[in-house]
Amino acid sequence: MTLTAARRRWLQDNGVYVAVGALLLFNALFTANFMTLGNFTTQLVQAAPVLIVALGMALVIGTEGVDLSVGAVMALAAAIIPLYLGAGPVPAILMALVAGLAAGAFNGFLVARVGIQPIVATLALLVGGRGLALVIANGQLVPLHDPAFLALGTDDVLGIPISVLIAGLLALTIAGLTSRTTFGRQLVAVGGNRRAATLAGLPVNRVLVGVYAICGVLAAVAGVLATSRLAASDPADMGLLMELSAITAVVVGGTPLTGGKVRVLGTVMGVVLMQLVRATLIKHNLPDSIAQMIQAAIIVAAVYVARERR
Amino acid sequence: MTTLTAATRTKVLQRQGAAVALTVMVVVSWLTFPRFGSLDNLRDLALQGSFLAVIALGMTFVIITGGIDLSVGSLYALGGVLAAWGSQHGFLTALLLPLVVCGGIGLINGLLIARTNMAPFIVTLASLLFARGLLLAITDEGANTYQVAPDSAFVELGRGTVAGFGYPIFIAAALCVLGGAILNRTGFGQNVFATGGAEQSAILMGVPVARTKVLVYTMSGTLAGLAGALTAAYLQSGVTVIGVGTELDAIAVVVIGGTLLTGGMGTVLGTVIGVGLIKVIQNVINQIGTLDSNYQSVVSGVFLLIVVVLQRILRR
Repeated sequence: MTLTAARRRWLQDNGVYVAVGALLLFNALFTANFMTLGNFTTQLVQAAPVLIVALGMALVIGTEGVDLSVGAVMALAAAIIPLYLGAGPVPAILMALVAGLAAGAFNGFLVARVGIQPIVATLALLVGGRGLALVIANGQLVPLHDPAFLALGTDDVLGIPISVLIAGLLALTIAGLTSRTTFGRQLVAVGGNRRAATLAGLPVNRVLVGVYAICGVLAAVAGVLATSRLAASDPADMGLLMELSAITAVVVGGTPLTGGKVRVLGTVMGVVLMQLVRATLIKHNLPDSIAQMIQAAIIVAAVYVARERR
Repeated sequence: MTTLTAATRTKVLQRQGAAVALTVMVVVSWLTFPRFGSLDNLRDLALQGSFLAVIALGMTFVIITGGIDLSVGSLYALGGVLAAWGSQHGFLTALLLPLVVCGGIGLINGLLIARTNMAPFIVTLASLLFARGLLLAITDEGANTYQVAPDSAFVELGRGTVAGFGYPIFIAAALCVLGGAILNRTGFGQNVFATGGAEQSAILMGVPVARTKVLVYTMSGTLAGLAGALTAAYLQSGVTVIGVGTELDAIAVVVIGGTLLTGGMGTVLGTVIGVGLIKVIQNVINQIGTLDSNYQSVVSGVFLLIVVVLQRILRR
């Protein structure tokens, strides 16, 4: 390996950490009131739903797939909550998660059994899912008043907001799943070379259905948390363009779109980086337009660095 | 002999499935809803379809090369805003500015995809964000909607009619005929098919794969800009909030029309039929009235699903 190749490799693996560090340093020096506990808490609360979705997306991308339906699944979860909230928050949340599980398993079935490309299989649910959510909710925003359910979005444990805590626990779980379980190994094998995995006797279809199901459930969790924070069920706007934010975070975090590798910590840092970029731009009064263009440039730069060489 | 008939049947179903569905839909709606067959409704249907058809035409080329262009929805909106802004400087500026800018962004998409080997999905996702940002930047963060002077020649482009049928319909039809001819009758068209069919073989055979890719993304961007300009002329203003999710509609109609997302196969006629199908469904749901308009995306999603599952099963 030549020196440039080694340097390149290092940049691919650690670029996101360097970027987060540089951005924190910049803000510590030039942004007033940035390095405060209050600000960090706000940033983390805002990033929590994206992080939860991105964790599932990282697994899917690890199998050389992609899940475009996550935003629509969040909307479905949001639409389902008010239907069952009369029976208490636990049944409502469970029903939302079941919907996410069903949606994800359906995606997995299309990809694994029917053999449809992941982009197309999940596109159908992206197009139809939000429509379905709006039909369920009669196209309306429903304010929610159940105090126990709303506490999920407002309360904290030992100063850590519940949504951040859940996101953190889920990140640890997914990290454990990928690095310490057979399922994690199989997932990476399927993504690395599906044909070889099949020939080696791995349960390829089961792994794929499982991965998409996990992604669906995580999207539903994010939908539940975001709904609770909003104190309203809003299927029209819930999770809009979330698929793009999640894919961006995963890719920026160093997980290649070509599959065979999942970087959970990188994904977490990818989410943090994109959140920090947005926060920095807002704190310096840069308009949304410029912020979007800069995000676009960051995505291209990250993928350019991470691209596979032929 | 049986394999031949089976193969033929498969081919016919795949090629004509959307056409059959469209015919059935049109006949049933004609018989069920008296207003559906009225000339006014058909004119409206064709006009609504023409904007999407222009965008989907570019998408057809991109998808046949095995790529995807997610930026067209944003470019469509950007094209409309640029046209409305440009209309104060005359007809040519209003028409050419969106074509040049959106074509330019398409060209950058193509160069990044062809020269650096980055995934089309990600590159065009970034330009989706970029184009939306640019749109916000030139409209005062979306607060400023540029108007087209109602008596200008540019408005005529969007609102003028021949026998009651709007100019955009004829423009879209002419472009689709031209696009079909380019795809099936020119060397460039063959390169498009070769690039999507087997990229490595195409490179080895000396097909200019990189140039072909750059061209199709430039085309797709330009056409999205044109659709935006036509829409701005029709609406007499550069509406900033349109085009969100339009890329998905365009991809859906292309796929429903029988173009394979894996590349290497597809027709412009299929795409036009796909546009017809989606617009008829939308029209019928509006006619029913009691159904809320959200059913439209549910039905589109289900249609898309049926088509891709059928394509997959038939290919086995």
